[in-house]
Amino acid sequence: MTPELKGFLVAATVKVVAVFSVWMVGVMLATWLERRGSAFMQDRLGPNRVGPAGLLQPVADGLKNFLKEETWPKWVDRPLFLLAPLMSFIPSLITFAVIPLAAPLPGFDFTLPVVGRFTYHGPIPMVVADLPIGFLFVLAISSLGVYGIVLAGWSSASKYAMLGGIRSSSQMISYEVALGLSVITVFLLSGNVTLTEVVAAQQRTVWFVLALTVAFVLFLIAAFAETNRLPFDLPEAEAELVTGYHTEYSAMKFSMFFIAEYAAMITMSCLIATLFFGGWDIPFTEWDEGPPSIARFAATLLAFGAKATFFLLCYIWIRWTLPRFRFDQLMELGWKVMLPVALGYIVVIAFVVWGADRTGAPEVPVLIGVNVVATAGLLWGLDRGRLLAGAGRRAGVVA
Amino acid sequence: MEGDGRRHTGEAMPIAVKVVRRPASGVSYLRATLKGMAVTLGHVFRPKVTMEYPEQKSTDEWTLSPRWRGTHRMLTDEQGRAKCVACGLCPQICPANCIKLVPGEDEEGHRYPLIYEIDEFRCIFCGYCQEVCPEEAIHVGVHYENAEYQRSRFVYDLERLCAQTHEVSTLWDPSDPKGE
Repeated sequence: MTPELKGFLVAATVKVVAVFSVWMVGVMLATWLERRGSAFMQDRLGPNRVGPAGLLQPVADGLKNFLKEETWPKWVDRPLFLLAPLMSFIPSLITFAVIPLAAPLPGFDFTLPVVGRFTYHGPIPMVVADLPIGFLFVLAISSLGVYGIVLAGWSSASKYAMLGGIRSSSQMISYEVALGLSVITVFLLSGNVTLTEVVAAQQRTVWFVLALTVAFVLFLIAAFAETNRLPFDLPEAEAELVTGYHTEYSAMKFSMFFIAEYAAMITMSCLIATLFFGGWDIPFTEWDEGPPSIARFAATLLAFGAKATFFLLCYIWIRWTLPRFRFDQLMELGWKVMLPVALGYIVVIAFVVWGADRTGAPEVPVLIGVNVVATAGLLWGLDRGRLLAGAGRRAGVVA
Repeated sequence: MEGDGRRHTGEAMPIAVKVVRRPASGVSYLRATLKGMAVTLGHVFRPKVTMEYPEQKSTDEWTLSPRWRGTHRMLTDEQGRAKCVACGLCPQICPANCIKLVPGEDEEGHRYPLIYEIDEFRCIFCGYCQEVCPEEAIHVGVHYENAEYQRSRFVYDLERLCAQTHEVSTLWDPSDPKGE
């Protein structure tokens, strides 16, 4: 083996292991945050016994789930029943690979006894796999996640699970359209689907949330629907479907669904931070774009973590605020509001980009100006259902 | 639309259904959402109502009522003997039939309980035994921590009943004895 290959292998392995373990700890912290957050919003304290401030509660829960009995209901389709939790767990894990987490680290060149010399030329990008297809990979893999839920519903041989699975499939497919379309505007501006390039483009211009607020709002809503979180947790819907697709699951198989949900939340939070909030970019300074160093890496990692945590908190905040949609409301919001808005917005942004290109006008001020108008218009049109009425207006009910 | 409208007015319906007219326009779901989020965020910073039980058993706002009817306690006289005279009223009135009493008599003709057992599992904690007791011997207690490892331990014998130290129930409000 050449020193370069060995260097690459070392760097890749360290990245994978570090990201995976930090991320699993993140999932644990997310469940803790959810329970504590919900408790605080309801004037309670939440789990605060196991470990300092209850931080070890997820460990205790995990241990319990490991030791619990794995139940196999009589009529389940056994191979699929076992496959389903994995099918929902793994996609949410893989998606994370393309998200750039921090500024690159400097390369290394060192020699160890016995194993020899390791070199890595140039900066090490802080992304597990900097795929050229970038976001397309995210879309492709995250739509695989729906298979897990549908298979769980199908193989459980239970009417509640079945309904949950069907709901989930229609919901995920509907909102994936809006999710994909809302991000097209981001790529119109960045000119590349690679997430590292999206971050670089935001460093060159502005954070895309300032230029594309409408796309951000659409993406945020679609992200909630994609991760099956309230107000879009129709596949689970305790009130009417027991717990939907994982009704028949117990112990570690259930735990897998649970981890998958939180993992998907973290991934989506990271995606929102990357696409619209500059990724690991630190605002108001050019310092973080300098040559790679440990300090820059640490600072940008912290910045990215803060952004992602904020959206994670938003997930929790919204879950404990809003009630669940009815299914027809969900579909109306997806197809009758979000899809037209996303399509219209693509046309608007495409014209702005084209126009700025033709006239040589500075792109950023024009985009921000257009954005203010578009956002105000959307809010005006949605508020009180002036132009678009999605959820809330039922066919046949006279005002 | 016409036929549909009738469904909602409920004219031709065999069962009267009250259809609440909700304003379909004029309601701002955006503002309602933001308002709701402000409410939940506000609650995060409010003082919490949780009582952390094993450490904290009462607060300024909440304490166990003196009229609480919990597991029993037999009061004793100065010599440490149960006040019970084995009159048999408590097993008589007990609706759950959970009191077992075998009376005995000493040389001077004083009656006392040879066996006095209360099955706390069968007990419904109505407090009749305390109310009926002429000697104010058996009481229900202001007490709720009764966990045991064996079912048999829930049958309290006389010795155990006398050894209880918790407060006894007042059964009625002392300031309002007739419950008015």
